[in-house]
Amino acid sequence: MSGLRFGYITGPVIGVLWTFTVAVTISVLLSFASGDPFRPGLIGSVLLGAVVGGFALKGRTLPMVLALAFGVTAALTVAGASPVLTGDGVGGVQIGLAVILTTLAVGWPLWKILDDCDFGELTRHVFEDAVIRFLTGFGYVFFTAIVAIPFYVMVMTSLKSQQALLQNPLDFSLEWDKGWDLFRSYFELFGQFSFGNYLMTSMLVSVLTVFITLAFSIPGAYAVARLRFKGRAALSRSILLIYMVPMIVLALPIYIVFSMTGLRNTIFGIILIYPVTTIPVALYMLQGYFRGLPAEVEEAGLMDGLSRLAVIWKITLPLSLPALASVSLYVFMIAWNEFLLAFMLLDDPSKFTLTRGVAMLNSSEIPRQHLMAGAVIATVPIMALFLGLERFMTKGLTAGSVKG
Amino acid sequence: MTTTALPPKGTGPLAKREARMAWGLLLPTLLSVSLVVVLPLLAIFWISFKPVGLADLRPPTPVLRESLRGNPEAPGDDAQVEYRIRNSSQDKPILGVVLKDRLPEGLTITELDPRCSVSGRDLTCDFGDLEGGFRDRLRMPATVDQAFLDSEVELDETKMSISGTSDNILTNSELTFENFRRVFDGGEFWSVLGVTIFYTVFGTVGALLFGLFAAMLLNKEFRGQGILRGLYLFPYVAPVIAVAFTWVNLFDPFSGSANALLLQMGVASEPINFFGQRPLALIMVTVFEIWRYFPLSFLFILARMQSIDSDMYEAADMDGASPFQKFWYLSLPQLLGILSVLFLLRFIWTFNKFDDIFLLTGGNAGTRTLTVNVYEQAFAISNIGAGAAVAVVIFTCLIAFAVLFFRFISREEGL
Repeated sequence: MSGLRFGYITGPVIGVLWTFTVAVTISVLLSFASGDPFRPGLIGSVLLGAVVGGFALKGRTLPMVLALAFGVTAALTVAGASPVLTGDGVGGVQIGLAVILTTLAVGWPLWKILDDCDFGELTRHVFEDAVIRFLTGFGYVFFTAIVAIPFYVMVMTSLKSQQALLQNPLDFSLEWDKGWDLFRSYFELFGQFSFGNYLMTSMLVSVLTVFITLAFSIPGAYAVARLRFKGRAALSRSILLIYMVPMIVLALPIYIVFSMTGLRNTIFGIILIYPVTTIPVALYMLQGYFRGLPAEVEEAGLMDGLSRLAVIWKITLPLSLPALASVSLYVFMIAWNEFLLAFMLLDDPSKFTLTRGVAMLNSSEIPRQHLMAGAVIATVPIMALFLGLERFMTKGLTAGSVKG
Repeated sequence: MTTTALPPKGTGPLAKREARMAWGLLLPTLLSVSLVVVLPLLAIFWISFKPVGLADLRPPTPVLRESLRGNPEAPGDDAQVEYRIRNSSQDKPILGVVLKDRLPEGLTITELDPRCSVSGRDLTCDFGDLEGGFRDRLRMPATVDQAFLDSEVELDETKMSISGTSDNILTNSELTFENFRRVFDGGEFWSVLGVTIFYTVFGTVGALLFGLFAAMLLNKEFRGQGILRGLYLFPYVAPVIAVAFTWVNLFDPFSGSANALLLQMGVASEPINFFGQRPLALIMVTVFEIWRYFPLSFLFILARMQSIDSDMYEAADMDGASPFQKFWYLSLPQLLGILSVLFLLRFIWTFNKFDDIFLLTGGNAGTRTLTVNVYEQAFAISNIGAGAAVAVVIFTCLIAFAVLFFRFISREEGL
């Protein structure tokens, strides 16, 4: 490592790595946005990165770096070795856009990353800071890309037609002139496939699951958290243990019993079974929270003549509203996203939940955009809820739930 | 005589009341959980020793049809009472089948079948045992009178019942080790176990490492931090079915964008069948697992990072520690607790994972893990017993993990 600690080495090395990251990102970005062929050029990236990285050390101003980056990128593009190579049929405007994007995305971050670096030997601090800044920048690009691309593809595919996608799987540009026809797969899902019903079913099942789960787990959690009795520790452990039992192991006997009792293919059966899968989680999360509440307040209530149940109702619950919110959200998410039980227990299309309905669309006879539109319909409500209440969610998730 | 004041021994009435109260509050949960978790688990153990297939779930029952033939119009007309009876199962017998029926008023059977007897208007027929695939037609001549014609009842409107016991494979005492022999037989089990271990270990470690990386990125204040944090949680919050199908689409060998991109960039010379060839499919499902669950590790690690005291870092700065040294000697030891807890929990959960692989590859192309094998055995091959045997194997592993987990976690987190 110490051999690298010279500005004239660190700069170009980081420059090349960063430039290549940028070249790949811009190629993917432009390809996905326009459908035109763009690809990263290795030679161009190495040259541009080495030159700009070697230049953008301590004492250079941003305009100097940007000017150099622009000059080199433009020269390389003219010479045909641009960091972002273009295929046939790419217009001048797009090439210009690629050059400007490359200039900005290479120049500014490299200037930031290498700001402290001298030309000569670097101290360990300066060197590691530069490396960390590079890794940070790379991390942002990387994580944003891996998370955003699948969701982007999901939404865009649902708006395209099958033929257009087969012709050019990269072309996600929207045909705005189609107007409302753009949302055709959604109209068809709600019209012919009764996704409206599935949406309502899922909503009903999830909301009921939340209420039943809370009704069962609040008293249980309170008992485990506050009351003293023999076997409390063992009980709280077995709750956690139950929460680790894989659903597929239980699904088999449940399937058998439901088949025999005629509960299969009923929403009632689903509502019967979902809360039980979430009660242990909810109980575990809530008892952690109840334990953190000051016992003195409750004792004061008891002294003043309230019964235990009244204490729970009048003191503990109002104090734990945030925890109840996050537990509810989490349980709602589990019920909404649940797939295995719905898949095994529901066969009748009139009783599907949303996830089961989307699973039904996965057939070779149904075009792909319908499947993706179904996926979007299943994703949007939970996302909206989650983004709206993110603070609760984040807290709830870290409050002791590692289920997934 | 002196009395010494001693603290009361044993459980006093107050403590007893508290314990009763606790059990009372826990009762609904305990009941429902034991009904849906403990009973099925016992059932799984029972079934794993039974030679039972999907078709055996419906026990054989006698099926009966009743009709009046001959269309009588005037009193004294002849007619025929017909019962058609069959065994719904082709190969399993039903024992002691007895038919009970109430004849409508005005209908008199003139010639009784030897198996039947009439007392008043109640007809009883004893069929004895029905072999598998048994079918019979019982015709008895009868006459009608005016009362019958007036009432206009149909023959099958009257109350009729048929009883018989059949041997239910799920409840009889026939036990076998065949399921386990089948599961452990041949190289298949070991390859399934190998796939499971690969998937679990790399999925868990990958998700932890990526989560750690993401947490470090977001462990500083900047504008848009909240947005990025929300965005990075997307894979975990979205329904698995939506993201799994998106991945399948994205990596489709013919019309997938990923392949088109790789071809265009010159990385691949021909389309790659990501989810269809060994060993790539296994790597892809593991990558999917990492992608889907890094948000969770990231959330936990970030929460822990933000609770680390910043004084320590200031002290380290004074002592001239470099950034990497601070990470290695200060942050990492602080995070070790949450990392190990996360590792164990995620390890168990990844081991239990079913949906993801089932949706991505259906367990094909060398991605069949133990959980997928349960489904495969029970529903694809229709051998419920073998599926249950695999489930028992999973459960045994789980118990082993849990013991490890509780040993460890009670030290780390004081649970």
